Amino acid sequence: MTRARLTELLLRNMTLLIFLAIFLYFGIQSPRFLGLDSIANIVKQASFIGIIAVGMTFVLLTAGIDLSVGSNMYLSAMSAGYLLQNPAFHNGWGVAAAIVVGLVTGALFGAINAFCIVVLGITPFLVTLATLVAGRGLGTAITESFGIEFPAPYLAFGASSLFGIPMPILVFAAVVLAAHVVLSRTQFGRQIYAVGNDPEAARKAGLAVDRIVFSVYVISGLCAATGGVTLIALIGRLNQTFGVGKEFDVITAAVLGGTSLFGGVGQAFGAVAGSTLVQMVQSGMVFVGVNLYLQPMVLAAIIFLAVMVDAVRSARFARLRRRMLRPD
Amino acid sequence: MSEPALLFEHIGKSFSGVPVLADVTLAVGRGRVLGLVGQNGAGKSTLMNILGGIITPDTGAMSLDGQAYAPRDPREAAKRGVAFIHQELNLFSNLSIAENIFISDMPRRPGGLVDRPALHRRTAALLRDVDLDLGPETLVEHLSPGERQLVEVTKALRLNAGIIIFDEPTTSLAARETARLFQLIGRLKAAGRTVIYISHILADVMSLADDIAVLRDGRLVGSGPAHEFEVGRLINFMLGRDIEQLYPPHLSSTRDHVLLEARGISLKGVVKDIDFSLRQGEIVGLFGLMGSGRTELARLLFGLDRFHQGELRLGGETVSRITPRQAIGARMAFITENRREEGLMMNVSISENIALAALPSVARRPGFIDGSRLLAITSEFAEALRIKSGLIERQPVKSLSGGNQQKVVIAKWLMADPAILLLDEPTRGIDVAAKFEIYSVVQKLTAGGCGILFISSEIEEVMAMSDRILVMSRGEIVGEFARADFGKEHILRMAFREQERAA
Repeated sequence: MTRARLTELLLRNMTLLIFLAIFLYFGIQSPRFLGLDSIANIVKQASFIGIIAVGMTFVLLTAGIDLSVGSNMYLSAMSAGYLLQNPAFHNGWGVAAAIVVGLVTGALFGAINAFCIVVLGITPFLVTLATLVAGRGLGTAITESFGIEFPAPYLAFGASSLFGIPMPILVFAAVVLAAHVVLSRTQFGRQIYAVGNDPEAARKAGLAVDRIVFSVYVISGLCAATGGVTLIALIGRLNQTFGVGKEFDVITAAVLGGTSLFGGVGQAFGAVAGSTLVQMVQSGMVFVGVNLYLQPMVLAAIIFLAVMVDAVRSARFARLRRRMLRPD
Repeated sequence: MSEPALLFEHIGKSFSGVPVLADVTLAVGRGRVLGLVGQNGAGKSTLMNILGGIITPDTGAMSLDGQAYAPRDPREAAKRGVAFIHQELNLFSNLSIAENIFISDMPRRPGGLVDRPALHRRTAALLRDVDLDLGPETLVEHLSPGERQLVEVTKALRLNAGIIIFDEPTTSLAARETARLFQLIGRLKAAGRTVIYISHILADVMSLADDIAVLRDGRLVGSGPAHEFEVGRLINFMLGRDIEQLYPPHLSSTRDHVLLEARGISLKGVVKDIDFSLRQGEIVGLFGLMGSGRTELARLLFGLDRFHQGELRLGGETVSRITPRQAIGARMAFITENRREEGLMMNVSISENIALAALPSVARRPGFIDGSRLLAITSEFAEALRIKSGLIERQPVKSLSGGNQQKVVIAKWLMADPAILLLDEPTRGIDVAAKFEIYSVVQKLTAGGCGILFISSEIEEVMAMSDRILVMSRGEIVGEFARADFGKEHILRMAFREQERAA
C-alpha cells in the first residue's frame, strides 16, 4: 500500500521532479547556473512565453487551440510601435496609450478567431492556422517588412523594476494570479472547465457555451498581446520575425504545466512551471555548452519525456481507479 | 378539475421528412407520476426533448399550469421549472458535486468571486435531502453511477423544478441504488412535484406510476390511470399487436468442439480462479449481480485487461496472455455494455457503421470498398434487426433513437461473422420487440456454430436463452446450472447469498 502510494505521489509530481533533476544537473555542470542572476534571468526570459501560455491554458481547457499567438504578438507590438512613432507619445502617458493600443489589437485579433470558431463554426485548429498566416502577412504588408524602432521612454518601461523585481516578471505574476483567480474562484472559470469536460452537457445544463468559447480566444489574444508589448519593450526594435514559431513554445509550456489538450484539465500555475522548465532547459544548454545544433533535439527529448510520463500517469490512474470487486 | 401541471396539445415533429411525433395531446396532473412507455423510436425522447427545450416542435403547443410554454433552450425550460434527467448523465466529472449543482448560478460575494462556504453549505443541505452522504467538494469522477444519478436529482431539486423527467434512470444502477431512487421519487411526488418516468422496465413503471401514457410510431395510443393497465396490455399497446412470446423457443445447437476454455484465470482484486469452457453453438449465460465481475471477466477474455494467473485455450492454442488483436484474429467479438461510447461513430452513416468491422468482406478488389455491395449487405442486417431509419447510407447514427443505435452496434459485430461472441447486456435499454429480434439473431448465430457468452442481469432472459448458466459473485464462479436444472429462485439465491456473505 505504502509503495503504491509512493508511486502515485511520484507520478503526480513528475513535472516538478523533471524540473528539479534538470535544475540540479545543470547546476552541477555549471555552478554559475544556480546563481541568483541566472535564475532571475531564466524567469524573466520565461515570463513572455508564460504570459501567453496562461492565455493558451484557457483555450486548451475548452479543448480548443490557438496557433495564431505568434502572429498576434507581432501585430500587437506593431500597433503599439506605430503609435509611438509620433513624438507626442514619447512620455509616460504615451507609453500607457501604446500598451493599451497593443492590447486592444490583440483582443481584436482574438475576437476574429473567436468569431470564426463560434459563429462560423470552423475548427479552431484551421481558424488559428489561417490567422497565423494571415496575421503575419498583414503585418508584413503594413510594415513592408521594415523594422520599427521603439523610443527611449518605452524602453525605459521595459527596463523598469519594482522592489528590484524586473517588469516582465511582475507582469507575468499579475497575469498568472489574475488567471488563477478567474479559473478557480469565479463562476465563469468553473464553467470553462465544464465546457471542456463535456460541451454537450454544458449546453444542456444551460451554460452560454458560445459566449464562454468566444471569451477564451479573446483572453488568449489579450495574453498574446501582453506578451508581445512586454517583450518588445526589452528588445526595442520590431523585426519581421518577432514572435515567429512562438506558438510551439507556448503550447509546449502549457502542456508541460499539466494542461490537457483534450480539455477540462489544467491550471494557471501550470503555465509558470511549464514555461520556466522550457526556458531553463534552453538557458541551461547554453551554460553547459551543448552544441547549438543539438539543442532543439534535447528540448524535444524533454518534451517527449514529460508527455510520455503524463500518458503513463493517466493510464496508471485509470488502473488505480478500477473498481475492486474482491478483497485479494 | 384544476389546471393540469403540464399540457401537450397536438404536438408534431419531423426529422428530415420522417415524422417522429404526430398530434400528441396529453395532460399530466400535479403531484402525479406519469409513466411514459413505448418502443425504441416511438417518440418518447423526442417528446421529452421538446418539453426540455432541447428541440422545438413543428406544430402544437404546451402549457404549464395553464400558462403558455414554448422554451427556446434548456435554460428557459429550467427557469420555468422543468428539469430533465437524461439517460446519459450530464455531469462534469472534473468538477465537484457542489460546482455541478450550481454551475450556472453559484453563490457569489460582492466582488464576483464564488462564495465557497455558502456554495458548500447549500450543497450539503441539498445532499441531505436525497440522503447522499458525500462531501460537497467531492469530485464527480469519484462517484458511482448511482451516486451520480442522485446528484442529477439534486440539481433538479435545487432548481425547485415542478416537473422532473427521468429518462431510463435505472439502466446503470445497482439494485440498492434503484430502490433508493424509487423512494426519492415517492418523496418528490408527496412534495407535490410532477414526475415523468420513462423506462423499458415495465414492472418498474407499473409500480411507480399513477398514470401511464403509451406512444407508438409517434402517436399517443393509450393513456390513463395506471390501474387500468397491466403488463400484458401495455405490451399490446406498445406493439400494436399481440405478442405471443417474449423469447424465441429454445433450440440447442451445442456441439462437442470446445472453442474457448479458461483455466484458473485470476486478476488480483477482480476475478479469481475462473474455469469454464464454451462449445461450438453453445450459449453460456453468465449471470450475477452488478459488481460480480461479469464485465471484468469478459474484458479479460477479450484481452482488454491482462490477467495475472491462469491460461486460455483458444483455437487449439494455450496462451497465458491475450491481446484484443489476437482475440479478433481468433474471430472473437465483444459487444460491450457501453455501446454508444465504445462502439459507434456518431456522425457517420448507419451503413458505414455496420460495415466497419467487416470492411474487407465488402471489397471488390483488396483495399477498395464496393459501395453498392456495402449498401446491399448492410441493408440486409439493418432489415434483419429492424433498425428504424430513413436512408441507411445517408442518415448519421446520432439521429437514431437509443435502442436503434444499439442495434447498429450489434449489426456491426454480427456482420463480422464471429466464431465466439461475448455479449454484455445486449438488450439493456431496448424495447420488447427489438429484444425479440436480437434473441432470434443470437439463436441463428449458434445454429451456424458460433459460441456465445451471454452476460445479463435479467434472470428471465438468461434462462430463456442459455444452454448453461454460470453464476458469478464477487469475482468467482459460484455455481453452474445445466438447462435441465434451471430454477429462477435457485440461481438468484446463489447470486445473492454469496453477496450477502461478503457483506
